Amino acid sequence: MNMITIMKEGFDLAMMKGLKKWRLFSLLAALTIFLSGCGEEYLSTLTPAGQVGRDQFNLLLLSSAIMALVIIVVVIIYVVALVKFRRSKVGENVIPKQVEGSHTLEVIWTAIPIVLLLILAVPTVMYTYKHADVSAMDNVDEEGNKTAVTVNVTAKLYWWEFEYPDLGIVTAQELVVPTGEKVYFNLKAADVKHSFWIPTAGGKMDTNVENVNQFYLEFDKESAGLKDGVFYGKCAELCGPSHALMDFKVKTLDRDDFNSWAEAMKTTVHTAEGDLATQGEEIFNTSCIACHATSGAGSTGGVGPNLAAFGDRNRVAGFMTHDEESLKKWINNPQEYKPGNLMPQPEKINNGEKFSEEQLDALAEYLMGLSVEK
Amino acid sequence: MREVKVVSSIAKKKGFGATLWDYLTTVDHKKIAILYLAAGGLFFVIGGIEAMLIRIQLAKPDNDFVSAGLFNEIITMHGTTMIFLAAMPILFGYMNAVVPLQIGARDVAFPFLNALGFWMFLFGGIFLNLSWFLGGAPDAGWTSYASLSLASPGHGIDFYALGLQISGAGTYIAGINFLVTIINMRAPGMTYMRMPLMTWTTFVASALILFAFPPLTIGLFFMIFDRMFGANFFDHTMGGNTIIWEHLFWIFGHPEVYILILPAFGIFSEIFALFSRKRLFGYSSMVFAVVLIGFLGFMVWAHHMFTVGLGPTANAIFAVATMAIAVPTGMKIFNWLLTIWGGSIKVTTPMLYALGFIPSFVAGGVTGVMQAAAPLDYQLHDSYFIVAHFHYVIVGGVVLAILAALHLYWPLMFNQMLSEKLGKWTFWFFFIGFHLTFFIQHFLGLMGMPRRVFTFGANQGWDLFNAISSFGAIFMAIGVIILVVNIIITVVKNEKVGNDPWEDGRTLEWAIPQPVPFYNFKQTPLVRGLDTFWIEKQEGNKEGMTYAEPLSDIHMPNNSFIPFVMTFGLFVAAFGALYNGEKDWAIPVLVLGLAITLTSMAVRSLKDDHGYHIHKEDLMDDEGGKK
Amino acid sequence: MDFNKKYTPQSWPDHPEQSTLEGKNKFLGFWLFLGGETVLFASLFATYLALKNKGPSGMEFSTNTLFELPLVFVMTMLLLTSSLTSVYAMYHMKNHNFRGMQTWLAITVILGLAFLGFEIYEFNHYVHLGFTYGQSAFSSSFFTLVGTHGLHVVIGLGWIILLMVRNAKRGFSLYNAPKYYTASLYWHFIDVVWVFIFTVVYLMGVVG
Repeated sequence: MNMITIMKEGFDLAMMKGLKKWRLFSLLAALTIFLSGCGEEYLSTLTPAGQVGRDQFNLLLLSSAIMALVIIVVVIIYVVALVKFRRSKVGENVIPKQVEGSHTLEVIWTAIPIVLLLILAVPTVMYTYKHADVSAMDNVDEEGNKTAVTVNVTAKLYWWEFEYPDLGIVTAQELVVPTGEKVYFNLKAADVKHSFWIPTAGGKMDTNVENVNQFYLEFDKESAGLKDGVFYGKCAELCGPSHALMDFKVKTLDRDDFNSWAEAMKTTVHTAEGDLATQGEEIFNTSCIACHATSGAGSTGGVGPNLAAFGDRNRVAGFMTHDEESLKKWINNPQEYKPGNLMPQPEKINNGEKFSEEQLDALAEYLMGLSVEK
Repeated sequence: MREVKVVSSIAKKKGFGATLWDYLTTVDHKKIAILYLAAGGLFFVIGGIEAMLIRIQLAKPDNDFVSAGLFNEIITMHGTTMIFLAAMPILFGYMNAVVPLQIGARDVAFPFLNALGFWMFLFGGIFLNLSWFLGGAPDAGWTSYASLSLASPGHGIDFYALGLQISGAGTYIAGINFLVTIINMRAPGMTYMRMPLMTWTTFVASALILFAFPPLTIGLFFMIFDRMFGANFFDHTMGGNTIIWEHLFWIFGHPEVYILILPAFGIFSEIFALFSRKRLFGYSSMVFAVVLIGFLGFMVWAHHMFTVGLGPTANAIFAVATMAIAVPTGMKIFNWLLTIWGGSIKVTTPMLYALGFIPSFVAGGVTGVMQAAAPLDYQLHDSYFIVAHFHYVIVGGVVLAILAALHLYWPLMFNQMLSEKLGKWTFWFFFIGFHLTFFIQHFLGLMGMPRRVFTFGANQGWDLFNAISSFGAIFMAIGVIILVVNIIITVVKNEKVGNDPWEDGRTLEWAIPQPVPFYNFKQTPLVRGLDTFWIEKQEGNKEGMTYAEPLSDIHMPNNSFIPFVMTFGLFVAAFGALYNGEKDWAIPVLVLGLAITLTSMAVRSLKDDHGYHIHKEDLMDDEGGKK
Repeated sequence: MDFNKKYTPQSWPDHPEQSTLEGKNKFLGFWLFLGGETVLFASLFATYLALKNKGPSGMEFSTNTLFELPLVFVMTMLLLTSSLTSVYAMYHMKNHNFRGMQTWLAITVILGLAFLGFEIYEFNHYVHLGFTYGQSAFSSSFFTLVGTHGLHVVIGLGWIILLMVRNAKRGFSLYNAPKYYTASLYWHFIDVVWVFIFTVVYLMGVVG
């Protein structure tokens, strides 16, 4: 689909200027093929997963092609000059003609770059306005329900909270969104500046502390086919020591599955099954519940990440492997794994002691059992 | 008025103590140039070590060579040191060494302030680097964005703010100095359109310094006041706004990178002409382009802020304005190419660097245009693509110019020639290493790798490229080591080369006898056209200069220890400000430091210093060495 | 250049501050410095405009209620007049009338001191109301902008007094003429900045 658009664009340009712009779109074609081989499809900007990312990728191709043209011209002049006019070739005692300049040439290499930049500027301005258009965020249907999915993203040190205000649910670290439509985001930071970035889906937007930023992204396909079953999200603004570890994940479902998920998040009641899990639940309710909610129904403002459906998630603490061993290590020593993060060390909340192996097993059993999918 | 009999302008064999005192009190632009070069070179090595530490940590995924917090300190200091304490001072060194000679002047307009500017840069840089030993370096990036830096524990950010404030004041003073020198002190016949490009770019860069540093000063004061005195500029709970810091920083920060690159352009203009035996193609266009770049440089700062949420109209305007700068820049590239075209190209070490600069800087410039397309920048911003871009323009532009100028101007400054052979080895190691390290980073950014990350998880497709990038750093280090060896060997050998050692010098600085007399020109030269030395040589004038005045007494400034003392006072005061509220001695130390500064300022103002005269009889005996 | 040369009112150059290379350099250098200072104050003004009236929720201070125009008007008149008197001083300098210059400079200093006195009173009044430096973003930006101007007034006064005292015995020369001239340029500059402060901070704050 997009290859044809690109080719068409290149063809239009060739018609437009009457210059040798066939070079432009063959460059475009070559570039697309070369570039799309790079990187992982769940993470790379070169394999866009939605229209916003695709628009931006098109700008990449267009600007690369134009710039490649410039580079080729420069390189040709450069190489020919070096080959033809070396002193060994010209002669040791020759004083070359002292040329003042050329008015014609100055005009040419001013005018042509201006034209090339105009070619780039037009789609740039177009996309700038297109990607900022969040007017449809407030659309409602006949019953007054919002038609679009809006997520309130709050960036914290060092985790991400995702609230769905129109659906009455809140979760953390793993963003779940429907495919095939624009998903809107309200972005804010709770402490220091962060930046919300899902590279395959599209560009980033900063989360500021003093205002709410808004943008949208689209997701074409379900993430189930990907390597980890998720798209990767990154924090893209230095926020402290663990900035590199502030990953989040994105799960995309078709609209119906998304609706089911949202319903499950709102209504499912978790009951711990089995002695170990029940024991874990008890420990949790003593030590952890002050900061971590386990119910998906709710709104923003949790001190720590909401752990609803924790068992379904892709990672522990956003970046560690999602298994019991990592979970236990994390609970017992958060500072070692995410320096500077705000989860208290167990000594602070467990009477000055780390959790015992048994307690950790119980907690892990309980937490891994929190699920809406199982 | 004191009168001094000048026995010989060739340096007498002085004791170490006397030489040290000479340099501590000098107001001579040539010696100050050497001071800037040495101090800047030292900081360049420190910044380079910080770079090696970064690449070692990032050579493989999940590495633990340095901790997360320490890594953030290293990247902050690497950027801050390289830009403020290495690149700018070294460029000031060359401006000091060359510009007064190029315009036929005996020194800069304010020799005392010239010295003061140097000491302020040095003490500011020392103060900043002392943070390593006093509780930790700043760790919020060289951009030190407000919410993070306000939250940063410890004194790192305070060292950053106070150190840069002192250093920045030194830069500001130097900027005014060069502006006045170039406007008021050109030799007769040197109209603006006969000034060499090195002087033109110094002129425009100095104007940029004049207008770009005040916003930084204000921003740093706001940061200091918020952190130390309870102000609320950036505290949103009290009505403040962190975006104000971003605006102030980048209103400074964008012109800053043009302050860095314009002198580099000037250096390369000199090199291309000299080593092609051909005048610079399109001189007037080149001058126009420099002025336009300087002007436009103030109009584009928010392209560093495309993802902040300023709105589509702001983003669109800044995107188009940023693209506009490509036009005069591209014009310059073509003019340089047309300079060597039809010339007689000799590939000396400086020319090798200039030839390496063309593809490298063009690559960096085109990625800049790509980033100007705002929606594309939403992907590229804060990723390794940006890191690749700015290293391409700064290393491929400014650093290559610095290394080129080291070779080009070494004979001017020291009457020696660096080894061409070792110079070319340095170039190739450095150049290959540079491309290995940074080219691949474009792709890392496109593949989703954010910047300022102390580590990265394995199996995200980034492992190989990071390893290659780290490998390239080794080559650059080897290149620098060879350069250091080159310098040591040359200094030890101390072989004199005389004036016009490159044989095709076009401009006045090459006409002066070597070693350069401390008063520069016995008689002020008369400038007869662009590339005035070349004109004289073509007409067979052995002396290389025509003179505008008969031999007469020369008025020279006195040395002074006051700039050193004034700056030392500020250095002391900065400690008082830093530990204010924490230590009892802070306020007394602050007061003491300011008292030292104010007292030395008073001494300077109240004790008349009219300099001294060299009598023309002594000048007639005085021989400068000619080859 | 013989700095001890004695001049008469007839032989004294029309523009003594620019009759030597040093003088020309100081003249140009100082104008450039003032250009940079303009950008400095522009940054402070921009910040003030962004942060005025912004503070913690429920804050009771605002520009409409806080500022008292009559006091500020008196301060403005004092400073404007002091600028005028410094012009008279320069007029006498150009005419080689040392006593005249010193007299008008003294009047300038007295007016400047009066301005400062009122400003200290004004700030003190705000602090007593609870409008302190750290009270809000509004207060921080107000005190920094107006306080930086006040600091410049202090420096200017110190400079002029120092010149007057230092040169009282020895009168004019082409060496100190540029010093007097640049000091008066500085004084005019801070007067112009005050006009902007009066307009943007006080007038627009109360009326706008």
